[in-house]
Amino acid sequence: MIQNLPWLFLLLPLAVAAINWLCFRKCACCAATLSILSALGTFGLCVAYLSGALPAATPDIYTWMPISTEGMPSLSLGLLMDPLAMRMMLVVTGIGLLVHIFSIGYMKGDPSNKSRYFAGLSIFMFSMTMIVMADNLAMTFIGWEMVGFSSYLLIGHWFNKESAADAAKKAFITNRVGDFGFLIGILLTMAVFGTLTFSEMGAATAGIPAAVLTATVLCLFCGAVGKSAQFPLHVWLPDAMEGPTPVSALIHAATMVAAGVYMLVRLQVSMGEAAFTDTACTVIASVGAITAVLAALMAVQQDDIKRVLAYSTLSQLGYMVMAVGLLAGEAAMFHLYTHAWFKALLFLGAGAIIVGCHHEQDIWKMGGLAKKMPITTVCFLMGTFALIAIPGFSGFFSKELILDAALAKSPVFFWVGAGVAALTTFYMARLCLVAFLGNARAHGAEHATEKSFTMSLPLIILAIMAVISGYGFMADSLVPFEGFHAHGFELGLPFYVSMGSLVLGLALAWLVYGCGKRSTDPLAGNALSTALRERMYIDKFYDKGLIGLVQDCGTRILEFIDTTLIRGICVQGTSWLIGRFGILLSWIQGGSLRAYSLVIGLGVLFIMFILAFTFHSL
Amino acid sequence: MTPLAHYLILSGILFSIGLAGVLIRKNIIVVFMCLEMMLSAANISLVAFSRAQGTEGVPVYDPQVLSLFIVAIAAAEVAIGLALIVAMFRARKSVESTAITTLKD
Repeated sequence: MIQNLPWLFLLLPLAVAAINWLCFRKCACCAATLSILSALGTFGLCVAYLSGALPAATPDIYTWMPISTEGMPSLSLGLLMDPLAMRMMLVVTGIGLLVHIFSIGYMKGDPSNKSRYFAGLSIFMFSMTMIVMADNLAMTFIGWEMVGFSSYLLIGHWFNKESAADAAKKAFITNRVGDFGFLIGILLTMAVFGTLTFSEMGAATAGIPAAVLTATVLCLFCGAVGKSAQFPLHVWLPDAMEGPTPVSALIHAATMVAAGVYMLVRLQVSMGEAAFTDTACTVIASVGAITAVLAALMAVQQDDIKRVLAYSTLSQLGYMVMAVGLLAGEAAMFHLYTHAWFKALLFLGAGAIIVGCHHEQDIWKMGGLAKKMPITTVCFLMGTFALIAIPGFSGFFSKELILDAALAKSPVFFWVGAGVAALTTFYMARLCLVAFLGNARAHGAEHATEKSFTMSLPLIILAIMAVISGYGFMADSLVPFEGFHAHGFELGLPFYVSMGSLVLGLALAWLVYGCGKRSTDPLAGNALSTALRERMYIDKFYDKGLIGLVQDCGTRILEFIDTTLIRGICVQGTSWLIGRFGILLSWIQGGSLRAYSLVIGLGVLFIMFILAFTFHSL
Repeated sequence: MTPLAHYLILSGILFSIGLAGVLIRKNIIVVFMCLEMMLSAANISLVAFSRAQGTEGVPVYDPQVLSLFIVAIAAAEVAIGLALIVAMFRARKSVESTAITTLKD
């Protein structure tokens, strides 16, 4: 019985989501309490398992869809309890819990249905747990689709705002594109490896042709491209910022978007690094690098505080994917882990700022927030320092590990990583200088205040994590990777280069934006800036070019089927044929009584003839 | 005794005249009369057969019963048919069969 306790990880949030949805539609208070209790429960359970208070036994496997055909694995639901999964669960439930608590303060005074919001958070926790703890790809896929669904619900929480509804749709549909590849990848895995269970994949790798392996891995990678918002499917993540900010922190920064990286690392661990062929690795690393560069460039010219952070998330995810492509799963997971803390911190900080400034998101309408919101400012700065990798903060260690791996494998990616680090420093410094220093530029920022304790507490905890989570004593036992061991400071090329890019970024930002006295962006107005603001026209291209083309073709095909085939041939054609036939037959119905009687007479004669002569023998 | 063939020839001639009348004439009353004539032709042949099949001067009665039925039915038919013709004349002022073309038009 005790070994089945881990199923609570799944059942608790699911039950709470159902109860909130069905019973507490009117009682937001009860819904919030229940959701927080469920997050607290799963977090406690996770801590208990990690600290060894509960023995980590393998829970029973539930065969969900038995397949009797020989050689086909049955579809089952099982839970993995290895360090990779359990430590990832700690990140998910830990940040989840803090975001739940933050949400109380953030959603206070919001007219929308908060029970729906908390039910959405709980169902997200359920789905994310499903991905993290799944012991086979089929189960991962179920969770994969479920997080897509919960993300849809939460992005579209303010569904009467048209942009939010559109963003929810965009996120879901863009993910579908990637999921299609993922599904093909799963089927390929089933065909090639003969199993979907992670623990059995390693043994099955031998003897599979490299081309087949490459195809399988790249198809599975499609799923990660969608979920982790890599180029070219990155377009949904910035739009997903239409959702409530705590949701952005939990789903679109810390956990769900990292699921793609987690899945890739999980595959790399269970299939073995041999399964990731050179071609596959090059593609994965290149996609990651392209995403990192593009997103960092676009972040430089964003005005919306959440969008800056969204592009920063894209860029950091690009880093992680690049690390996976460089066969440095360890570095990827380390960065995922530190990034989860400090990016959740940054988003929650942004949330606190947005609420403090009376729902103002444009950084050019903020300014001078350092004096008015000191706690938030300090916490936000901690997150920023971690993100731009100031030595001693958590982000520094993980970024360093990725750069080390890149330098060892291929210098090109190393220099790309260093460039992106400089850009990261630049746009984060821009954000901080503009928002926190100088004078308030709008009415909302003038009257900004810290709002509530439930919002400050998660910020403080996350700020502490952003600082210390990179050090060995935390990282060794918490980074979601088996046998992870943190490295100390190492002087060397990666260190000097990242210091160089840090100083370069800071100096440039200081030169351009000074100490927040400007009220408009001095870099805006030229063609390059416009292109970056318009997201390199990629969204436009998708909207007008790709989607327009597909819809045009679809319309034509539909029109052909509808007008020509169904209406023309099937309906009108049939009626025309019958009409003609009727006209032909109506010649017989001449209306002449004599003609009728002649026919009848002849008919009678004919029948008599037959009766008399043909059936004679009867 | 007159042989059976003579009766049958008479019956055939009557039937043919009746049929020709039905097919050729336009006037429905005449068509109707021709129909009656065809029935009578059938009656004649039936009675002739009744006689011919009889033994020692006693006829077979089945055909005679049948012919009585025919007479009865013909009487009923005349009643209905003439009523229809009268109704048609009232409606169309005509008893020509070519005048009944409503459905065609």
